[in-house]
Amino acid sequence: MRYFADWIIENLEFTRAIPSEYVYLIIMVVGGLLLLLFVVPMAGALTFVERRVAGKMQSRIGPNRVGPQGIFQFVADGVKLILKEDIIPTAADRRLFKLAPYIVFVGSFLTFAALPFSQKLIAADLNIGILYIFAVSSMVVVGIIMSGWASNNNLSLLGGMRSAAQIISYEVPQILSVLAVILLTGTLGMQGTIKAQGWAPQHWFLFHNPFAFIAFFVFFISAVAECNRIPFDIPEAESELVSGYNTEYSGFRFGLFFLAEFANVYVISAVAVTLFLGGWNTPFYLPTGIWGLLPSAVNLAGLITFLIKTFVLVFVCMWLRWTLPRLRVDQLMTVGWKYMVPIAFFNLVGTAVWMLVWGDKSIAALLGG
Amino acid sequence: MQSFNIVVYVFAAIIVASAALVAFSRNLVYSAFALLFTFFGVAGIYVMLSADFLAAVQLLIYVGGILVLIIFAVMLTHRISDVEISNQSLRPAQGALILIGIMAVLLGVIFKTQWSLEGQLEYQATTALIGDLLLKKYLLPFEIVSVLLLAALMGAAVIVRKEVRGEQSGGKS
Amino acid sequence: MELIDYLPIFILLIIAVLFVGGTILVSHMVGRRKYGKEKMSPYESGMIPVGDARRRFSVKFYVVAILFVIFDIEVVFMYPWAVIFKKLGVFGFVEMMIFIAILLVGFIYIWKKGALEWA
Repeated sequence: MRYFADWIIENLEFTRAIPSEYVYLIIMVVGGLLLLLFVVPMAGALTFVERRVAGKMQSRIGPNRVGPQGIFQFVADGVKLILKEDIIPTAADRRLFKLAPYIVFVGSFLTFAALPFSQKLIAADLNIGILYIFAVSSMVVVGIIMSGWASNNNLSLLGGMRSAAQIISYEVPQILSVLAVILLTGTLGMQGTIKAQGWAPQHWFLFHNPFAFIAFFVFFISAVAECNRIPFDIPEAESELVSGYNTEYSGFRFGLFFLAEFANVYVISAVAVTLFLGGWNTPFYLPTGIWGLLPSAVNLAGLITFLIKTFVLVFVCMWLRWTLPRLRVDQLMTVGWKYMVPIAFFNLVGTAVWMLVWGDKSIAALLGG
Repeated sequence: MQSFNIVVYVFAAIIVASAALVAFSRNLVYSAFALLFTFFGVAGIYVMLSADFLAAVQLLIYVGGILVLIIFAVMLTHRISDVEISNQSLRPAQGALILIGIMAVLLGVIFKTQWSLEGQLEYQATTALIGDLLLKKYLLPFEIVSVLLLAALMGAAVIVRKEVRGEQSGGKS
Repeated sequence: MELIDYLPIFILLIIAVLFVGGTILVSHMVGRRKYGKEKMSPYESGMIPVGDARRRFSVKFYVVAILFVIFDIEVVFMYPWAVIFKKLGVFGFVEMMIFIAILLVGFIYIWKKGALEWA
């Protein structure tokens, strides 16, 4: 975002009359609104895609009435949710009940600030990028427990507590597995991590060395668990807990939980693409210094590459959901603590040893001589 | 920088207001959740002080970990459904003594610190610097931390053994 | 990296809060309202709720949270190490292995003591 602001100040005459801070402010507000305009319809559309995918996988059709092939289903759903009655159950703690959707949505929306989209498209390329994403998304846990507690409903509270226990259990292997990549790059920044990779698959960190390969799966499995999706959906196991922590929520308050959940699926996929799958790297070279047609085209190619990779991973999440059965609570904790954590530790040590022996050479580099 | 000061004061106001809610709320659960805003404000101050790594860690550990721990602890208390019973003032005299002690230490620190950092702040990536200090200058404390964490792990194991045995008579999961 | 690079986060925060507040407000104004005692009671799959939901919870949740905090702190110490690992070389590797080894002892201990069981 900084890049565009600097460019506008440099190239547009009339902005020089205004103090640069205000120009920054205006550009960032516009950028933030654009991001919201990307996130909300995208998350909404994912709900539709998920239902169609589920339909295909179960040999049925799925929603196909609203618009061609039903693509406006999510718009209809959104309108319906807004028109619904705004219910706060009498037993609920009104203040916390109202506060919880804010925290869940803010926690999931703020992660987009550090998510790259292309070479230049990123709201804030922080030095601590990946750590920032983990830090901000940890707010969601608090929002989830809050909604469960405030609802004052057996199913909600149990769902909220289980959800929190699950998220924090899988956060350990998740942040551990990322260390394998950080060892290779020496940076926490998202753009820096992508720049350290190449466009070709053998230059992705996924195929850098065997440990990075395992790290990707540890990361992705833990990330899916943090999204409370099948096979890790004990917190909202429909047949047991109705809908888990958001059982008492209806109307658009429920919609916000739903949006946050689908936005999170995008976030984990985008982070996985950034760390392991080469991000926006394309074979095209981005000339620096000039703002012409070519850099924009390269940027666009990067954006498209990044989005395609990300949505492939989003599809994998859906695929998992409609293929696998649900884990029991004790199995879930066993997988998290007794398998993922030790594997992640082993990976970390393995990557460090690899780097001591071969430096940051990848398998491809070693084979190619 | 005027806007810098305004933002710092906004964060400070968030910290003070939410901390007051933590201390004075009659409802224990509200106190716990108000901590979220306190931690958030502290993270904001860290960012303003160019401690980016610390800010992220503040959120990651305090909001994602300690706060969840506190909330779980609240849920473990007996008679939690009577939320009003909690957070009473007990033993004001002893409390005042501790308060004076802490105040003295804090005031000492406040007067000893050089405050005119404004303008000298350099915003840079601090992660590598922290790593450098930890693994070279402060190596011994760094390794001692692992022993401390080991002790904490053992403590957790002790709690499990005691509580799980006590719980077998009843309780829900 | 300057302070202004953090501004987008602050702005996104405000936008997110306004979005949530705005949509809830619109929904509140547009939606019908019809009060019903049954409707406003907690949902329990059609059964009449028995007792209060806010019962005492199992200590297992608490133990998981403690373990998380410990491991979280540990991993946070590893992040700065990982960033400068290339510079440190063997020296940094040995230091971190000592750190991890000590914690591994703790991990095996709690595993054997059954703190990782959920049953």
